[in-house]
Amino acid sequence: MTSLWPRIEPMLAHVAKPARYIGCEDGMVADGPLEGRLSWLLIYPDAYEVGLPNQGLQILYEILNERPHTRAERTYAPWTDMEAQMRRRSVPLFSLDSHRAACDFDVLAFNLSAELVYTNLLNCVDLAGVAVRSDQRRPDDPLVVAGGHCTFNPEPLADFVDAFVIGDGEEVVEELSSAIEVWKAGGRTEGSRQRLLRDLSTIPGVYVPSCYEVAYDGPSLVSVTPRYPETPARVEKRTIADLAAWPYPRHQLVPMTEVVHDRLNVEIFRGCTRGCRFCQAGMITRPVRERPAEQVLQMVSDGLARTGYDEVSLTSLSSADFSGIDSTVRSIIDDPACRGQVSVSLPSLRVDAFTVGVASQIQKVRRTGLTFAPEAGTWRMRQVINKLVREEDLYGAVESAFSQGWRRVKLYFLTGLPTETDEDTLGIAELARNCVAVGRHHQKSVSVTASVGGFVPKPQTPFQWFGQATIPDLQHRINLLRDATRRDRGVQLRWHDPKASLAEGIASRGDRRVGAVIEEVWRRGGVFQEWSEHFSLDLWTEAMAHHGLSAEWYVHRDRSRDEILPWSHISAGLHDDFLWQEWEDALVAAGTPDCRWTPCYDCGACTGYGIEHVVASNVAPAGGSQGTGQDLRSGGEVPVFLRSKAVTGVQA
Amino acid sequence: MTDRIRLRIRFSKLGKIRWTSHRDVARMWERAFRRVDLPLAYSEGFSPRPKVSFGLALSTGHESVAEFLDVELSGWDGVEWDGLADRLSAALPVGIDVTAVAVLEPGTPSLQEAVTSCSWRFTVASAEGYPPVEEAEVRRRVAALMSASRFEVTRSRKGTEVTEDIRPGICSLEVQGCEPAGTVLTAELVAAPRAVRPAEVVTALGPGLEERDVRRTHQWIQCQDAPREPLHATPEDAPVAPHALERAS
Repeated sequence: MTSLWPRIEPMLAHVAKPARYIGCEDGMVADGPLEGRLSWLLIYPDAYEVGLPNQGLQILYEILNERPHTRAERTYAPWTDMEAQMRRRSVPLFSLDSHRAACDFDVLAFNLSAELVYTNLLNCVDLAGVAVRSDQRRPDDPLVVAGGHCTFNPEPLADFVDAFVIGDGEEVVEELSSAIEVWKAGGRTEGSRQRLLRDLSTIPGVYVPSCYEVAYDGPSLVSVTPRYPETPARVEKRTIADLAAWPYPRHQLVPMTEVVHDRLNVEIFRGCTRGCRFCQAGMITRPVRERPAEQVLQMVSDGLARTGYDEVSLTSLSSADFSGIDSTVRSIIDDPACRGQVSVSLPSLRVDAFTVGVASQIQKVRRTGLTFAPEAGTWRMRQVINKLVREEDLYGAVESAFSQGWRRVKLYFLTGLPTETDEDTLGIAELARNCVAVGRHHQKSVSVTASVGGFVPKPQTPFQWFGQATIPDLQHRINLLRDATRRDRGVQLRWHDPKASLAEGIASRGDRRVGAVIEEVWRRGGVFQEWSEHFSLDLWTEAMAHHGLSAEWYVHRDRSRDEILPWSHISAGLHDDFLWQEWEDALVAAGTPDCRWTPCYDCGACTGYGIEHVVASNVAPAGGSQGTGQDLRSGGEVPVFLRSKAVTGVQA
Repeated sequence: MTDRIRLRIRFSKLGKIRWTSHRDVARMWERAFRRVDLPLAYSEGFSPRPKVSFGLALSTGHESVAEFLDVELSGWDGVEWDGLADRLSAALPVGIDVTAVAVLEPGTPSLQEAVTSCSWRFTVASAEGYPPVEEAEVRRRVAALMSASRFEVTRSRKGTEVTEDIRPGICSLEVQGCEPAGTVLTAELVAAPRAVRPAEVVTALGPGLEERDVRRTHQWIQCQDAPREPLHATPEDAPVAPHALERAS
């Protein structure tokens, strides 16, 4: 077990961006041997510059390295030029921390944040020198596990991953580590791997596909049943009750080369109860758990001092909803240690003038562009998806942005939504056009970009029963918008490739039989499928046909309530009744309010797990409709500062 | 009269970190300056940046013990001079170490203007798929190149092919000996107006060779009497305080 660096370095002169492979990040843990320790290799199966900033992976990296006799290292998917070099010179997948072979580790743990990386997972396992199919692995092969949002439908990868973690990983890695340690100490004899997997299947939040029998009747899935009495029929997700107990990452990795989100990231809350019906992240991460403001400020000041970054992002699914976001932001800006040089960014801006008011406080200097996500073009459509942003909210936000010096506004939309008509689609062009008109009151040259993505209905959401729009249908909608915006100076239209939406639909909505398709796409060279230069829909459709599977069946048809869904045996805590009611409400364009600030409608996430929201204020912040569709406070004035409302204290 | 001051810093780039780019190194420095809390001067305008200027770019993959940068501070107040080089080294990644810091006299020409040539040490090895090239053969090729009056290379510049004679840019080229990886050479190559790169020297030595382990060892400023470096490396533990700082010009 030695470093492969002497064999890696000669390859680096022949590949693009060699810094992807050197490690050396500030915050890296690389001391001491692997021998005699439980060793995890954490893998983000995409390019380094996409994977390195992933917070989930960094949190587990720290928690595991703090554990006694445990060592965690990291790696990312080698780019295709590097893979060619590695295969030619027989260099296996290696860790970046100490450049050791992946097969020297006890566990290969994948983070799955996007479905189109699935073929990269297979490629990484293969590059590690490990059989890609679980049932062909030898007793002493590393265990292959996976976590992340995609595991809420684990079935497409069921043949390749030994065990999945569903939900928050902070606590369950300890239970996994203890069990794996015992297995390792026992010498990994013949049969012990199966025994271990059976034991793992009893850990709450852990799903071991080989412990379940799957039955089909023709194309229909009939049942997924446990093989053993101790294995649960339904795997419930894990949820940490209190984010304050997990102030990670404490030492965010600072990469030596350019990556996405290259700044300090501090997670200010987890979960979101806005209730957007298309949003898988909002459904599977409930309830809302805020980090106490003092802890946020401490993590920001420690992080800035340690990393030398001049930008901090306060991350969450909707950061303007954090209780007292304005005072938190102001405290950061006013911190004398920041010398006025630190900028704060809020990803996922809410669509209203209040949010722009906060943004204007924090982006004093670099006012280039602001991004909002109204998601749909008409009020009716936004009621269907429960994104209750009124047109006045959007125009207020845009007015506020252009009047305060921003020069570009980007609007995100989905198309191919349930019940969407041509009129709804054309509403996107209408909104964008009106935003340009609002902006022209303030600036001569106004740029509004409308970015349109094809909607992929995701498991564990109210739209899980909805049949995804076909490529011709999505193309029709894009063409409508192209024609409608062609003569509009000021409106730029961008759209995602509808072909990629179909492949994403196959990978995210499939059952176990889709595994053969993923394997074939990989075997035929289909890696980095989320990169347009490598994506090939033909690989997917040919593999589907080869295995007798139909995209119509898996992706495009509406599903019925009594149908066993491929992910029915995985639970995000949401009652089936709740999801179905939301689906029916969607079809009649009826909205559902945010339960942080209105009475509980019992979706199941709190009641089922005996936990509750952790918010510093249970009163909705004022300003616009706050995405509730109600007129909480409207008018021309931009409320830059808010008087704080009655604070009920942190409910721990 | 401004109280702004310019510091010149000498540093090395060795080991794994050599695979980072020039731009990457610039970002590492910005973070390091903030971590040690130096009062940087920022540019005016839409997107203020710290006023840091690097001299010659170092190619990705090359090592160096003679990198330099100039940085402008907004003032002297609160600057802890003792141990500044060590604190900067600690704030920089492993492999990047500060070997000297000095305050520049007002009016000192920038690195970009001043540096005229660089010394290099590199290994030439047999390229993949070519038969081994022995040290004696390398010596013959070096002698032939140095006795030639011209050596033309063609390269594509903004879409048009440009042919240039690089021979005048090779001030010296010597064989130092043989190592397992190949034959070790040292060279002094002109840096301006048109820099000659070690890879071009290897090309000029004929087919079947490739460069390995390239390291910049010096940068030179031409003076009336003798060339000198922008800043000498200071011996370890030398005090770094304004009154003790070496004059860089």
